[in-house]
Amino acid sequence: MSNGRFGIHGGQYIPETLMNAVIELEEAYNHYKDDPQFQAELHQLFTQYANRPSNLYYAERMTKDLGGAKIYLKREDLNHTGAHKINNALGQALLAKKMGKTRLIAETGAGQHGVATATVAAYLGMECDVYMGKVDMERQALNVFRMRLMGARVHGVETGTATLKDAVSECMREWTNRIADTHYLLGSCMGPHPFPTIVRDFQAVISQEMKQQILEAEGRLPDVVLACVGGGSNAIGSFYHFIDDKDVKLIGCEAAGRGIDTWETAATINTGSLGIFHGMKSYFCQDEYGQIAPVYSISAGLDYPGVGPEHAWLHDIGRAEYVPVTDEEAVCAFEYLSRTEGIIPAIESAHAVAHAIKIAPTMGKDQIIVITLSGRGDKDCAAMARYRGEELYDD
Amino acid sequence: MIKIVDAFRNGKAFIPFLTCGDPDLETTRRLVCAMVENGADLIELGIPFSDPTAEGPVIQGANLRSLSNGCTTDDVFALAETLRKEDGITVPMVFMTYANVVYHYGTEKFCARAAQVGMQGLILPDVPFEEKGDFAPACRKYGLELVSLIAPTSHQRIKTIAADAEGFVYCVSSLGVTGVRKEITTDIAGMVELVRQAKDIPCAIGFGISNPETARKMAQSADGAIVGSAIVRLIGQYGREAIPHVAEYVREMKAAIADL
Repeated sequence: MSNGRFGIHGGQYIPETLMNAVIELEEAYNHYKDDPQFQAELHQLFTQYANRPSNLYYAERMTKDLGGAKIYLKREDLNHTGAHKINNALGQALLAKKMGKTRLIAETGAGQHGVATATVAAYLGMECDVYMGKVDMERQALNVFRMRLMGARVHGVETGTATLKDAVSECMREWTNRIADTHYLLGSCMGPHPFPTIVRDFQAVISQEMKQQILEAEGRLPDVVLACVGGGSNAIGSFYHFIDDKDVKLIGCEAAGRGIDTWETAATINTGSLGIFHGMKSYFCQDEYGQIAPVYSISAGLDYPGVGPEHAWLHDIGRAEYVPVTDEEAVCAFEYLSRTEGIIPAIESAHAVAHAIKIAPTMGKDQIIVITLSGRGDKDCAAMARYRGEELYDD
Repeated sequence: MIKIVDAFRNGKAFIPFLTCGDPDLETTRRLVCAMVENGADLIELGIPFSDPTAEGPVIQGANLRSLSNGCTTDDVFALAETLRKEDGITVPMVFMTYANVVYHYGTEKFCARAAQVGMQGLILPDVPFEEKGDFAPACRKYGLELVSLIAPTSHQRIKTIAADAEGFVYCVSSLGVTGVRKEITTDIAGMVELVRQAKDIPCAIGFGISNPETARKMAQSADGAIVGSAIVRLIGQYGREAIPHVAEYVREMKAAIADL
């Protein structure tokens, strides 16, 4: 009797202290997901507050420049707070509120999920604590300020590698400490069941809209859907409504860091192995004794040693393909999209753009690629300047 | 043949935990011998894990120190073997570690090796009742008892968990992670009573116990007291010189509960 499996992946590998909390969450979710009033309220929040539906934009200049497949961008970067993270944050916070919870806790890597959680907490009048690796607080200082501005407390995590994985661990610890009034608003399609399913369902609005929009624009489905994968929430949201459309190729772009032949990588499916961590069975970057590896990527949002269990399963059955994209390729794509389309992508999303730059020229002009632009890149400008040897000062 | 239940035949059991390889394996070996000499009834040997999500800062620190010193799972197996064969330790011993350490080693291979070096059981704090299926069959095959945990939030789950429990039931005293607490407010007696209704099995209380008074209070409602962070803190403080300090601490703690 093992819950929430995607093939062999998933499950609920968490301390007994949290078991009733996840069971309660699952029961509440099963109740509300089919409740028309809940769905109406969520739809209202999506349209009135988060600015959905997000635009499906034809990237004409990029298409012409690459000379191959027609390229569309799913503009999650235009959502309120500037990333896809708001979809899941609104969904889970509304659910938590219905469950009578008054406090939200969240982990964050790049800070986008922390900002989204702080935003909905402010909007719904809930208390909010965000856990963020010290290293990430330094590379994403602007997002730390945004969270604090909206009333959240941001806690620096100094354990381990002081990045996203440690922030998740700290959130789990905090949740065991205070459960009764607190909902752990997990930001990616990972962790113990029911989180991978809940997060996927709230992010599936991306592929739901995308499908309708591309049918309206082109009268047919795309040949390729591309998205970046850390834990994998924008990717699973982008893939979900296409899983049964076997002719649509689904490609997840993993952060290869300095390359998958180096130790400084975060490309879990490309370099990892089967394991159990953070509540789930999935693929993880780890050593021969199962010690979780200190992964690396220029992107704080993809700098995670695991991947959501549904992606691990889509990989196992060959339904989705997961490709590595290096820091250098992502930075070039970040600059390319800015220059070509006047759109500055998040460095996370730039990993997906980089792969499109590789494959579009090899495809026919009658073919279509949709790239999910999961977030905007303003937060990354200082780091990108540093990468190119330029220091930016705000004062 | 040594059994976990033997630990509960000598008055209330005192069960110390330490992280193997902190600060080094030779010190761990000497600490275990000293703890047994001073009345420890069952030893929990922690195998270090990079990301121990159920631990507070004290035991997190020990895991990190051990791994930084290069301690591996195979080293811990070798240590257990030395304790049994060369040091003549006869109290029951269990491994405490995280699911991935066992799973990635190969559950079957891990359990076979653990039994071979003389271990009696395994505690995995990130494996709840629902996920026992990954580990229980291999444990059973090699005669290891997979210890179940219950928590203050378990409520209606306690009977189900207890009915299927082996060795002893690890009663988590409080919410939160491991670490020293000023006071424990959970109704421990009520938890133990629910276990007893389901199965006749020893119950030991852990999380937050650090001094003789708390240990005595906890052991009144149960069959034993588990102490981790307070011991690991002494080891962190004194390093290789920790043996007499830990020995004295274990003696006091056992004395506080032995006559109950």
